[in-house]
Amino acid sequence: MDILDIIKPENQVFCKTKLMTDTALSYCPGCGHGTAHNLTMEVIDEMGIVEDTIGVAPVGCSVLAYDFMNIDMTQAAHGRAPAVATGIIRTWPEKYVFTYQGDGDLAAIGTAETIHACNRGENIVIIFINNGIYGMTGGQMAPTTLEGMHTSTSPYGREIKNMGSPLKITELIANLPGVYYVTRQSVHTHKHVRKAKKAIRTAFENTRLKKGLSFVEIVSNCNSGWKMTPNEANIWMEENMFSYFPLGDIKVDGKLK
Amino acid sequence: MSELKLMKGNEALAEAAIRAGVDAYFGYPITPQSEVIEYLMTERPELRTGMVVLQAESEVAAINMVYGAASTGKKVMTSSSSPGISLKQEGISYMAGAELPAVIVNVVRGGPGLGTIQPSQADYFQSVKGGGHGDYKLYVLAPASVQEMSDFVTDAFDIAFKYRAPVLILSDGLIGQMMEKVVLKDQVERISDKDLIKMNGYWATTGKKDRERNIITSLDLQSEKMEARVHRLQKKYVKMELEDLRYETIDCEDADYLIVAYGSSARISQKAVELARKKGIKVGLLRPITLFPFPKKQLFDLANQVKGILSVELNAGQMVEDVKLAVEHKVPVEHFGRTGGIIHTPEEVLEALEQKIINHGHFRHHKTRESSIL
Ligand SMILES: Cc1ncc(C[n+]2csc(CCOP(=O)(O)OP(=O)(O)O)c2C)c(N)n1
Ligand code: SF4
Ligand SMILES: [Mg+2]
Repeated sequence: MDILDIIKPENQVFCKTKLMTDTALSYCPGCGHGTAHNLTMEVIDEMGIVEDTIGVAPVGCSVLAYDFMNIDMTQAAHGRAPAVATGIIRTWPEKYVFTYQGDGDLAAIGTAETIHACNRGENIVIIFINNGIYGMTGGQMAPTTLEGMHTSTSPYGREIKNMGSPLKITELIANLPGVYYVTRQSVHTHKHVRKAKKAIRTAFENTRLKKGLSFVEIVSNCNSGWKMTPNEANIWMEENMFSYFPLGDIKVDGKLK
Repeated sequence: MSELKLMKGNEALAEAAIRAGVDAYFGYPITPQSEVIEYLMTERPELRTGMVVLQAESEVAAINMVYGAASTGKKVMTSSSSPGISLKQEGISYMAGAELPAVIVNVVRGGPGLGTIQPSQADYFQSVKGGGHGDYKLYVLAPASVQEMSDFVTDAFDIAFKYRAPVLILSDGLIGQMMEKVVLKDQVERISDKDLIKMNGYWATTGKKDRERNIITSLDLQSEKMEARVHRLQKKYVKMELEDLRYETIDCEDADYLIVAYGSSARISQKAVELARKKGIKVGLLRPITLFPFPKKQLFDLANQVKGILSVELNAGQMVEDVKLAVEHKVPVEHFGRTGGIIHTPEEVLEALEQKIINHGHFRHHKTRESSIL
């Protein structure tokens, strides 16, 4: 039997996401970025909106998101993606515009742009990959780094008195009236992947309905930055990250949960 | 219909933006240019032409909104004054790198730091030598009248789209705040989304339809690719020098001495030229209209004719360096300028010309920068 006899649509359980390019992902094995990319592209493909979608890439490990996402994309300066997205959606109000940002990008250097784009209720989607660290630059402390967590700039563990508490930017944003939908997801198991995809779908549907800003946080691992194996990183994430950043919807249909 | 009006420079620029069919303006208030966004907000351009006007949370956000809209091929601009322009430098550098067309306006005030809200030309270096990080230049237009505040909006966008590069209109608090009569251009219709996609669809991120995806980025992790990008930018700058240099000469034909000045300093120097000629001293004025490209060859040629050159600027001596480079030591070049928001009078300019150039004759000695300011 030839392999092509097996690869029939009716036999296929999984296939490559159509809107992902053939470029090999530059992410570390086991990193959540790739899965989050896939889900975003699947939603755009399934909604049939690729012709009207413009993505904004951040500075961070996902700076090259445009190498993998086969859609029109603009690469923003570090932290400025929500302002860049504002410029796009204001001049193309019928388009689907999303940003894809890490925690350093969104919650440190880009805090002002994030809060104000949210507060204006820009009709965009923000996908926020919270891995509690600066992955790209080699594992420095992020605003979301947990207390006691070791990074290259908190080598003795994050100390609250000196370095402040890990920032719950998502809860902060949920309180802004312009924000319509806020949820926190993860992509480390099949169950969580399915939920996260549903959340991303809801976010883009909100754009379609011109509901304002939708914010999807994905708590993700950074096994390289955390200095763990992928599996260890996922277990550590479940045991430590989820208690400080609990998964689930925070604001739905403009109402806080 | 074109229309004759009495307006402030900042307002004329704002009105010109609406009439030029600009798609969006993003800004943040700062003296002495807040009239631009105030005028736009009052005029309701969204009703007149569909133009978007948004007050951003900062100059950083404003320039990145410009970056976003420009990456989709829209005609978009921002304005600010010196401290705000410093904040925009990151975004301007990104736009130069990503090859995006946009217009930035700087209505300069005195610095450094918070400085003063009074007029100044102290941002010359920042404007023509790069400003932000990396190997890039801006095409810089320097208006010297309210009329040019209006006219240069269209000119700036023409250049921005010709080269797909950010263009700077370098004004100052005097030109921005003073009232003069101005002939406003006819209303130009904004480009429809359909036409925009036809024109800019080959590069702009308008949504992937009937083509491969478009990417706007300034990042090239491979050195060879990055060098190719830098070379591509440098080629644009050479082309700008060949095709789009602008300057004006006044009374230069028979001049024995030359003043070089731009913007408000040029207006004042023009009067100084008149005063000099009344006294029988043959002085001419070279006014660079573009500061990059700079009229290097014109200065080089004039240096064969005149006995000395005075660079008149509202700063501690910046453009004078470029004048000296252009003149290649053929004749003495000196600087005269006031700072701190003080505006020199035509009499002061003439006096400086007489003291620093005319009467110095062959007994010149090397002077320190301090003594050249005073
Ligand atoms: C203005 C500026 N400052 C600093 C940097 C360096 N830098 C690049 S990515 C990054 C942190 C990214 O972390 P995060 O947003 O959490 O993304 P991750 O890599 O973890 O996905 C930093 C500090 C930069 N590129 N630009
Ligand atoms: S460094 Fe961390 S965030 Fe970056 S690709 Fe590797 S695991 Fe992912
Ligand atoms: Mg991170």
